[in-house]
Amino acid sequence: MTDRTNQPPSPSSLSRRAFLKGGVVASLTGAAVAGPNGTESVSVTRESAIATSLKGKVAVTLEINGAARDVSVEPRTTLLGALRDHLEPALTGTKLVCDGGNCGACTVLIDGAPVASCMTLALDAVGHNIRTIEGLGKPDDLSVVQEAFCAEDGLMCGFCTPGFVMAITAELESNPRATLDELKNSCAGNLCRCGTYPQIFDAAVRAARGASK
Amino acid sequence: MGARDQHGTGAPWGDEFRAVGKSLRKIEGLSKATGEAVYADDIMLPGMLHAKLLRSPHAHARIVSIDTSKALALEGVHAIITGADLPICYGVIPWTKDENALAVDKVRFIGDEVAAVAAIDEDTANAAVRLIEVEYEVLHSYFDPNESLVRHEPAIHPGNKHGNISKRVELEFGDLESAFASADVVMEEDFVFHGSTHAAIEPHCAVARASADGLVTLWSSTQITHYVQREVSRVLGLPQSRLRVIQPTLGGAFGGKSDPFSLEFVVAKLALITGRPVKMLWTREEVFYAHRGRHPMQMRYKTGIKKDGHLTGVEATITIDGGSYSSFGLVTTYYSGQLLTGPYDFPNYRFDSTRVFTNKPPCGPKRGHGSVQPRFAFEIQLDELSEAIGMDPIEVRRVNDIGENTKTVNGQRVTSNGFGRCLDEVERASEWKTRRGKLPLGTGLGVAGSMYISGTNYPIYPNDMPQAGIQLKVDRSGLVTAFTGGNDIGQGSSSVVRTILCEELGLDPLDVRVVAADTDLCPVDLGAYSSRVTFMVGNATIDACRKLRKQIVEAVAAKWEVDAKRVYLGSGEVFDTEQRETKITTREAFEIAEAFHDTLGSTGAYNTPTLGGDYRGGSIGASPAYSFTAHVVEVDVDVETGMIDLKNVWVAHDCGRALNPMLVAGQMEGSAYMGIVEAVFEDHKVNRFGLHSGPSLLDYPLATALDTPELHALIVESIDPEGPYGAKEAGEGPLHPALPALSNAIYDAVGIRLRELPFTPGRVLTALRAKAALDKETKGASC
Repeated sequence: MTDRTNQPPSPSSLSRRAFLKGGVVASLTGAAVAGPNGTESVSVTRESAIATSLKGKVAVTLEINGAARDVSVEPRTTLLGALRDHLEPALTGTKLVCDGGNCGACTVLIDGAPVASCMTLALDAVGHNIRTIEGLGKPDDLSVVQEAFCAEDGLMCGFCTPGFVMAITAELESNPRATLDELKNSCAGNLCRCGTYPQIFDAAVRAARGASK
Repeated sequence: MGARDQHGTGAPWGDEFRAVGKSLRKIEGLSKATGEAVYADDIMLPGMLHAKLLRSPHAHARIVSIDTSKALALEGVHAIITGADLPICYGVIPWTKDENALAVDKVRFIGDEVAAVAAIDEDTANAAVRLIEVEYEVLHSYFDPNESLVRHEPAIHPGNKHGNISKRVELEFGDLESAFASADVVMEEDFVFHGSTHAAIEPHCAVARASADGLVTLWSSTQITHYVQREVSRVLGLPQSRLRVIQPTLGGAFGGKSDPFSLEFVVAKLALITGRPVKMLWTREEVFYAHRGRHPMQMRYKTGIKKDGHLTGVEATITIDGGSYSSFGLVTTYYSGQLLTGPYDFPNYRFDSTRVFTNKPPCGPKRGHGSVQPRFAFEIQLDELSEAIGMDPIEVRRVNDIGENTKTVNGQRVTSNGFGRCLDEVERASEWKTRRGKLPLGTGLGVAGSMYISGTNYPIYPNDMPQAGIQLKVDRSGLVTAFTGGNDIGQGSSSVVRTILCEELGLDPLDVRVVAADTDLCPVDLGAYSSRVTFMVGNATIDACRKLRKQIVEAVAAKWEVDAKRVYLGSGEVFDTEQRETKITTREAFEIAEAFHDTLGSTGAYNTPTLGGDYRGGSIGASPAYSFTAHVVEVDVDVETGMIDLKNVWVAHDCGRALNPMLVAGQMEGSAYMGIVEAVFEDHKVNRFGLHSGPSLLDYPLATALDTPELHALIVESIDPEGPYGAKEAGEGPLHPALPALSNAIYDAVGIRLRELPFTPGRVLTALRAKAALDKETKGASC
């Protein structure tokens, strides 16, 4: 059987440079990163990120739903893992289903674009605007998409719902007059096993009407 | 007695339902849409440990030794258990307890659980799992059910008296010989149903906590809390009263969370050993291996028909691949024959079903338990027989409609029946008469029908206690809380309870709370399986409401010094029917009743009447009410590539009465989706080494929004005499006809009969080539 998370490589084999290649480093530019004991706080620039070798957990600040959230993660920690298992208090609205980018249940928005948080490293999200289902609305103040999902019964067991809501939200924010086909395409990467697709699309269309008003 | 019964439906203040038949939003919709709903894996307790399982790498082997010493020495490991720590066998069916939480002596499939580790985190637990040393003696493995039929050594379950045969059921009704002799056409063909799995989006997860006084609390993603409580307490040697089982919000089940699973036993045991809460969450791969999905079946059907369309008899021989354990297999074996005897009337029937063990992940109940496979075969054969006698396939189904208030050939009582109207609806909506057989090459329409149970009077373990129980609490706050053991697994059972409470007591939906599936708080209910919840829990709810209503009306009548018959309760207010200005709110009525009776509450229950044929197994599949379904499927087949494009599915389903049409339509569409994509996309294939061919949501393809056809739900109401307000099931029946209707549509589109699932492009192309060769031959011969 394959484990969900692999054992961390031995400290000697893990360098930030080896782990965070290419554009990933660029996204870290300017992020505040504290050392393993939280004592050594350094400002990471492109150069220092390449030069620095960090091991174990690092303290970073993620901007989640408009608030700065401090969290201590390993370089291999996914954004999904950070949200569910490392944040205090945790944000459990985003769901772990396949852990492989197959199903879309863990969809969150990074700078408005939908991404699979199980396929995104938490460190990659530093310096970006992260939005989760908890950031859309509350029961007494639902977002237009959430309201539409409730009204059209676009949910059954509800486990895939946050992912669908986020994917459709992303589509409608960038394309408020989205057509049914565009809405379908926007969540073509999301699986609903209860098979309530017709009602999900009724909800999406209802939300689109609300969004384009 | 409800308000409608007490005052009559003709009364000017209440001739309509208040809540029944209204598309009220789901009770938990808000919490799900906002991500606030708490599922098992969302539970985090102070000091919680994480557990992982060591699973067998062999399909069939004897365990020679297990050494856990290195793993135990790893820092962060708190406890390791093996089969020796949980030696008592379990199984959901009392007569076939052949599973162990962790393997004792033997492993029977790749993925069988061998040992469990509790550690400070998952990574440490995984590392420890790798340090456990197990010596196996590998045994001959069985992957072909036909081998298991004839070879019994080595036995997969050495104690089993029939070798590798798990269960055989042979029943005969009527006289098959004369049935076939009197037929104008008799057909005999083979059909193959592949395996498929539930793939519920939420992976299985369980959390346990043992308190110092010896109480164990188990949160589990189960769809049957009661059976988990029974089995886990038995295996752990705890009285049932010391184990509290709670089902948090559940992320889909479809039958795949009906059995007790190893993780539930293991976390409970580890919590007792370590004194700390323990969680186990399965990976997607583990969920695929845990399986309990649809049984592969090899089926031979022989059916006779007269030229006027009447069926004369049906004979079935079925080999069922059960995988490595019994699970619900005894019931599956009966259901494979017992549930075919409607919606068509045939006077003679025989079936011989044999379930065998193989060294594959165990099969169990999946939506439409045991009857989807026979329905697939039979409805295709019926299509072929229609063609042979030159009759429209819908017409043949009409001619044989068993009708209402009758008995099937195997002695099942049928009361309400809307099958005829289901056929009318799909015929109309699909424009069958003007389109079928007249569409361009590559496009086709196909029809199929089915019947399914609304619960069964066979309660898994025989007992005389109610199958469904519910308790109501009401007080001066105006809130009514229902405590139900019925598991809401996303199908909306708690919403159904709320609808009934609103209807019976004239409540606003916001004044109703439903607490479900907590064994400490809720009366026993047998849980979410066999499509029993709306029918049974619904009836129990009505029972409880009417007892409560009587108390309230009595108290108000005493206060007003009028006859109780004059007190109307049911429209959000309570008034004197002869003096309408004397009125109070429902909440004020609760206050009066609380003062009059003291603390208020009531209980309600449901049990089935005695049902079923007078023979061994006659009660299995005997239901207080049957639902009926008809599908028409429209398909496009690409003759170049063999690709199937699913266009439309019209689903007409007789659900008795739609208590909430929005939820009923959702169940109908979800069922049709699950059935039709199972035919085209899915294949729970285990290779010759016992490995699953693709245990991920990418390699086990599921239909996305783009692959799913347009689903058209056509609700038919037959108002069942015994259902709550006439309601029957809607969650499983509407799946059945999808697969054969698709096969029949493919025949209409391109003239090939697909009798083996799944309908892959390769299989379509092979059939097309065979047809082309045959056509050429025939043409050549006629020249």
